[in-house]
Amino acid sequence: MILSVASGKGGTGKTLIATSLALSLKGRGKVQLLDCDVEEPNAHIFLKPVISGSEEVLIPVPHVDENTCTRCGKCAEVCAYHAIAVFGEYVLTFPELCHGCGACSYLCPEKAISEEGRESGIVEWGHSDTIEFAHGRLNIGEAMAPPVIRKVKELAHDNGTIIIDAPPGTSCPVVESVRGSDFCLLVTEPTPFGLNDLELAVETMKELDIPCGIVLNRAGFSDDKVEAYCRKENIPILLTIPLDTEIARLYSRGVTLAEGLPEWREGFVELYGKIWEIVDERSRCPQR
Amino acid sequence: MKEVVVLSGKGGTGKTSIVGSFAALAKNKVLADCDVDAADLHLLLNPELKDEHDFWSGEVAVIDPEKCTQCGLCQEICRFSAIDNYTVDASSCEGCGFCSRICPPEAITMKERYSGQWFISATRYGPLVHARLGIGQENSGKLVATVRQQAKQLAETQGIDLIISDGPPGIGCPVISSLSGASLALLVTEPTLSGIHDLERVLGVCRHFSVPALVCVNKSDINEENTHHIEKYCLEQGTEIAARIPFDNTVTEAMIHGKPIVEYSHNGVAHHIEKLWEKITGTLAG
Repeated sequence: MILSVASGKGGTGKTLIATSLALSLKGRGKVQLLDCDVEEPNAHIFLKPVISGSEEVLIPVPHVDENTCTRCGKCAEVCAYHAIAVFGEYVLTFPELCHGCGACSYLCPEKAISEEGRESGIVEWGHSDTIEFAHGRLNIGEAMAPPVIRKVKELAHDNGTIIIDAPPGTSCPVVESVRGSDFCLLVTEPTPFGLNDLELAVETMKELDIPCGIVLNRAGFSDDKVEAYCRKENIPILLTIPLDTEIARLYSRGVTLAEGLPEWREGFVELYGKIWEIVDERSRCPQR
Repeated sequence: MKEVVVLSGKGGTGKTSIVGSFAALAKNKVLADCDVDAADLHLLLNPELKDEHDFWSGEVAVIDPEKCTQCGLCQEICRFSAIDNYTVDASSCEGCGFCSRICPPEAITMKERYSGQWFISATRYGPLVHARLGIGQENSGKLVATVRQQAKQLAETQGIDLIISDGPPGIGCPVISSLSGASLALLVTEPTLSGIHDLERVLGVCRHFSVPALVCVNKSDINEENTHHIEKYCLEQGTEIAARIPFDNTVTEAMIHGKPIVEYSHNGVAHHIEKLWEKITGTLAG
């Protein structure tokens, strides 16, 4: 089962939930955690994995053989990202704009364009106790997270439980992270910002046809509008975590709930059970 | 024209609450919400919508099943795995147009992609430019660029010389788009290991784009040891800490009441934010 943890709003506790869940499932089959928040990966802070391997993420960018090139301008015409241009005798490439689609090299009439890899990030993998771990890191100054996310997801196992820690927001890095998941846990907090961004995240999951459930974090202090919204939308609240200074303190030191407050382990195992039931039921009677 | 952008790396450190207070404190300014995929600033500023525009950006491939001979070439060459079973998955398509150029029966056309909306609103604090990225859309960086450009235009026509932007979390495309060319970045962090890790990366991005930065440690008393660590780190980096704001529940209370903190309460937090804004105006005046 592939289970994503996403949120809309940042800082609601995605990483705390993802890592605590992973640790709570110890002894219940193979568990792999993929940190797909490649702009600001934090899961390693909580899991402290032993890294056993790494690989650069390379974007295939054009390299023009100036001797073969006739300056016909076909490459510039076909590039949707303005990453290659011909000015008189000069052919200029802008590698940081290139998405690596390969159109220029394929369509060059003289076959003057080859591709070379440009590093935009790195993926690392290893393990933390019995949990298999992988994450990606976008290089500073790089704009495009999706290629790094794709590379992290290539490291996913074929079986067992895969937990994906997604980035905040609702745009392409989130879609890339949660795509193909059997279920998405949306972590929110009972505040106007939390609710506003939860609604956006729910819309995103609907669009992708991924069933979702809610973890309500820092509960008890604020209004009950998130609960009312979930009732109206028929989205289950699967776990509620109270606003608690002890939890905040543990979090600040990079300690999961599973380790810092082990009594929470059972709650996470139950959470997993509920998700499994929803996914199982859905697989028996597909809605579409 | 001066432009301050508030960033954080890590989400949920308090960017929007702080920008909401700046809106109340700063005199003549245009406000810009550059967090286009999870915009929240409007929840504090009670905007009245004045102007609304669709945002079209990039393209998406569409296969005409009547013309498609199912040769499979498009699926083979697509680097983004966006075509399966002779159908384009719009959420995977990056709009490169490669497939449309090589399809033998010319069954693929590129259609303009609806990517969201942007708005100009009036608030009692001044004009606000904000946006909503279409669900799951890419090109958030271009929408951010549009928001900033509109904010600049508005400021110019109204003779305003300050823009305050609420930025997105992370360090990627929309952050770069919010940051490049700004006069000053305020980096809001929190004394957690995640907050510190993410601050280091977003400070790196400010360096990369040569934008000077100030740091604000929010909820500074939840872990004093980590706060000291941030102070030491900033000292080493030559980056000034402009404020330490202790944790206070009134920040959330103000949010629930839909008000900037400095208008909701006159307690310690409000005072710290007032001092922070003074510091920023001093830095901008240089």
